[in-house]
Amino acid sequence: MSNRTFTHLDALESESIHIMREVAAECKNPALLFSGGKDSIVMLRLAEKAFRPAKFPFPLVHIDTEHNFPEVIACRDKLAADLGERLIVRSLEGSIKRGSIVIKDPDKPRNPYQSVTLLETIAEFGFDACMGGARRDEEKARAKERIFSFRDEFGQWDPKNQRPELWDIYNTRVHAGENIRVFPISNWTEMDIWEYIAREKLYIPEIYYAHKREVIRRGNSVIPVSHLVHPKPGEKVEVLSVRFRTVGDMTCTAPVESYARNAQEIIEETSTTRITERGATRMDDQTSEASMELRKKEGYF
Amino acid sequence: MSNTTQLLRFITAGSVDDGKSTLIGRLLHDSKSIFEDQLSAISKTSEKRGMAAVDLSLLTDGLQAEREQGITIDVAYRYFATPKRKFIIGDTPGHEQYTRNMVTAASTANLVVILIDARKGVLTQTRRHTFLASLVGVPHIVLAVNKMDMVGYSEDTFNAIVAEYRAFAAQLGIHDVTCIPMSALNGDMVVEHGDNLNWYKGAPLLDFLENVVIDYDVNTADFRYPVQWVCRPQTQEYHDFRGYMGRIESGEIAVGDEITVLPSGRTSKVKEIVTYDSNLQRAYAPQSVTLTLEDEIDISRGDMFVKADGMTRCANAAGAGMPSDCPLPQSACSAITSDLASVVGSPSRMASSSISNVSGAGTAMPTVAKEFEAMLCWLAEAPLDLNRKYIIKHTTRMVKCLFSRLDYRVDVNTLAHHETDKLNMNDIARVAMKVQQPLALDHYSKNRFTGSFIVIDEASNNTVAAGMIA
Ligand SMILES: Nc1nc2c(ncn2[C@@H]2O[C@H](COP(=O)(O)OP(=O)(O)O)[C@@H](O)[C@H]2O)c(=O)[nH]1
Ligand SMILES: [Mg+2]
Repeated sequence: MSNRTFTHLDALESESIHIMREVAAECKNPALLFSGGKDSIVMLRLAEKAFRPAKFPFPLVHIDTEHNFPEVIACRDKLAADLGERLIVRSLEGSIKRGSIVIKDPDKPRNPYQSVTLLETIAEFGFDACMGGARRDEEKARAKERIFSFRDEFGQWDPKNQRPELWDIYNTRVHAGENIRVFPISNWTEMDIWEYIAREKLYIPEIYYAHKREVIRRGNSVIPVSHLVHPKPGEKVEVLSVRFRTVGDMTCTAPVESYARNAQEIIEETSTTRITERGATRMDDQTSEASMELRKKEGYF
Repeated sequence: MSNTTQLLRFITAGSVDDGKSTLIGRLLHDSKSIFEDQLSAISKTSEKRGMAAVDLSLLTDGLQAEREQGITIDVAYRYFATPKRKFIIGDTPGHEQYTRNMVTAASTANLVVILIDARKGVLTQTRRHTFLASLVGVPHIVLAVNKMDMVGYSEDTFNAIVAEYRAFAAQLGIHDVTCIPMSALNGDMVVEHGDNLNWYKGAPLLDFLENVVIDYDVNTADFRYPVQWVCRPQTQEYHDFRGYMGRIESGEIAVGDEITVLPSGRTSKVKEIVTYDSNLQRAYAPQSVTLTLEDEIDISRGDMFVKADGMTRCANAAGAGMPSDCPLPQSACSAITSDLASVVGSPSRMASSSISNVSGAGTAMPTVAKEFEAMLCWLAEAPLDLNRKYIIKHTTRMVKCLFSRLDYRVDVNTLAHHETDKLNMNDIARVAMKVQQPLALDHYSKNRFTGSFIVIDEASNNTVAAGMIA
C-alpha cells in the first residue's frame, strides 16, 4: 500500500491479527493465555481487532500463582467482564492440593511451578493451542523460537527440532495429545507495546504507572513490601516513586524508580532506559544466563 | 520514535566467521540498542573466555547449545529501531547445512546483507547465498565487504571484489546491488563512516537500511485476498452479518469493487470493508480486514478473492511497458517482476507448463490449477519419497499433493542442473506436482505470498519443503 500511512505498528498489528485468525481457523480447541499484564492486554485488543463483531472463538485462560499483585487480578477480571468473554482461572493451589506441585517455601517465587498447572489445565480442557504474549526481544532463548512453537506430549520445547517457518504460512498440525504455543506478538518489542498502549488508549493496571510504594533494597534490586515480602532485620523500608515494567510474581518482581504517569511518559522513559525489561525486573532469570531456556524446555511458556 | 516509522526486515548471510554476528552486534551497539545488562553479561562471558575486547557476536548467539559450541545454529531474530525505521534482523548461521535456514529467514525479508571476508573475496558460499536470495526473491541486496582492516582498507581490493561479484550477479539477472566496504570489528561504515575508508563515497550500512525504498516490495497491482475465517456473530444486532476475514496479501480493494471468488469463479461486489476501528472506503496490502459482499454466495476458508476485471494498473515489466498513469517508478515496477524466472527455469520450459499463463505478460488473474511446476527447497532430514502423498499449504488452503516429476536439482554452488530421482535436506529442485483440489496460483516472481507454499509430512506433521510456483 502507500506506506506513507502504514506504520510499523500497523504492520505488527496486521501480522498478529493474521496469526490469531490462523489459530482460530486451524486449531480445534485453542485458548488465549491472559494474565492482566500489559502484553496480554495488548493481545486482548488484537483479538478484538481480529474477531469483532463476533465473540472470540476461544476462552481466556489464566494460570494464577496466587503471588500476583491484586491490582493486576482486578484488571484481569474487569477486562474479561467488560469484553463479555469467558475467563478460566486455574491456580497453583489446585496443583499443590493434588500433590503435583510440592512447594518448600510458600513465600519463594512460584514462576518455576507455573508450567505444571499450565500443563494440567491444557489436559483438563484438551487445548491444542495456547496463545501467549511472549516476545522475542524479551530474552535470548525466545529470539529463536517460532511463532507457532510445537510442544510434545510432555509440554516440552526442543530448540534443536523446530519447524521451519516460511512466509506467512504456518504449520498448525499436531497429533492428539500434543499442542502448540502460539506467540502472535513475537515480533513486538517493549517499545512497540507501549506505543500501542498509548495509541489504543488501553486500560492497564495502575501499578505500571509511577506511584509511591514501600520498598526495601536487596542487592541491586528494589523489592516491594507486601504480605509476602517483609523487611528482614536490619533492612530499611523506604517510600519511593516507582513503576513496574512487568507484573509477575510479587516476590521477585522489582519496580524501577520512575515518575512516568502515563504511557506517553513511559515511552519517553523507555527510549532512554538502558536496561532490558527482564534484566530490570525478574530476579529469577538472572541466576544463570541460560535459565529461561531451561524453564522453557520444561514446558514453561 | 515517530508514528510514521516503517518496518524493514533483513537478514545477514555469509560463511562462518565472515563477521555476521559481529556486524549485528555492531549495529545494535552503535545505534544504542544494546542494554546495559546485556552488555555486562557479554563482557563477563568475553572475559571468562579470555578475550581482550567485548565480543559483540555474543549478543546474537542465543541458545545454550551454541554458546557451548560457539557457533550459530538456526535462525534468531533481533530487533532494533532508529527514529526512521524499526528493524527485524534474521540472523542465520553460515555452515555447510545452511540452505534451509537461509531460505527460511529470507522468505520474509525485504533485504539481505551478504558478507564477504575481504581477504578471501567471492567464494562458492557467496555465490550460493546470492542464488538463494534471488530464488526466494529478496527485493534488495547489499554486498558488505567486511574485514577491510585486514587488507589495509585497500580500495583496489574492494573494487576487484565488487567487479567479480557484479559479473556473477548479472548472470542471475541481479543488477541492483549496493556494495559497501566495512570493518564490523572496528565499526567502519556500519553506523558511522569512520576515517579509514575516506575513498568510499557511499553511505554507511545503517543509512542505507534507513532509506532504501521498500514501498513496492509487495505487489501493489494485483488484489489477492485469501479468506481466513468466516465471521458469523449470530447475535441480534448482527443477525445477518457474514464477514470474510483475511489479510490483503497484495494489491488494494475499495467498496463497490467487483470481485471473483476462486476457485468457484462466482462474482460479487464489496459492500463494506469492516475493521474494529471503523469501516474503510479502501484498503491495501498488508492490512488485515473483514469484507462483506453484496450477494450471498457460498464462501469458506481457503477461497481467494481477486478483482473481477483482471486488469493490472501496472503492466508486467517484461510486457508491453507501463501505462503512463502507472504509480510506480520504473525501478520499483521491475523489482516486482523480479528476475527469478531467468534463474530458475528456461522460458521454453515455462511455456510448456500447465500454468504457463501465470508467467505471461499482462494477466492479473491467478491460474486455478491442479497441476503445476515449482522450485522446491527440501527442508527435512527424511528425503522426499516419491511414492507418498504429502499435504500442501498454500495461502489458507490445505490439500493433499504428490510429486509427479523431478525435473532437475540445482547445484547451489555451480548453479548447474542435474538430473535426479531423490531430494535430500537442503536440495533445491524443479518439480511437477499434482494436488487433490485446485489452487489459485500466481507465479512466485510476481507474488511472494500467493506464489509460495509449504509441504507437510502427514505422518510426522513436520514442514518438509518450501515451494515457489515457477
Ligand atoms: N579484523 C576483523 N575481524 C573481524 C571483523 N568482523 C568480525 N571479525 C572477527 O571474525 C570472527 C568471526 O566473527 P563472527 O561475527 O562470529 O562471524 P559469523 O560466524 O559470521 O557470525 C570473530 O573473531 C570476529 O571478531 C572485521 O571487520 N575485522
Ligand atoms: Mg555468528
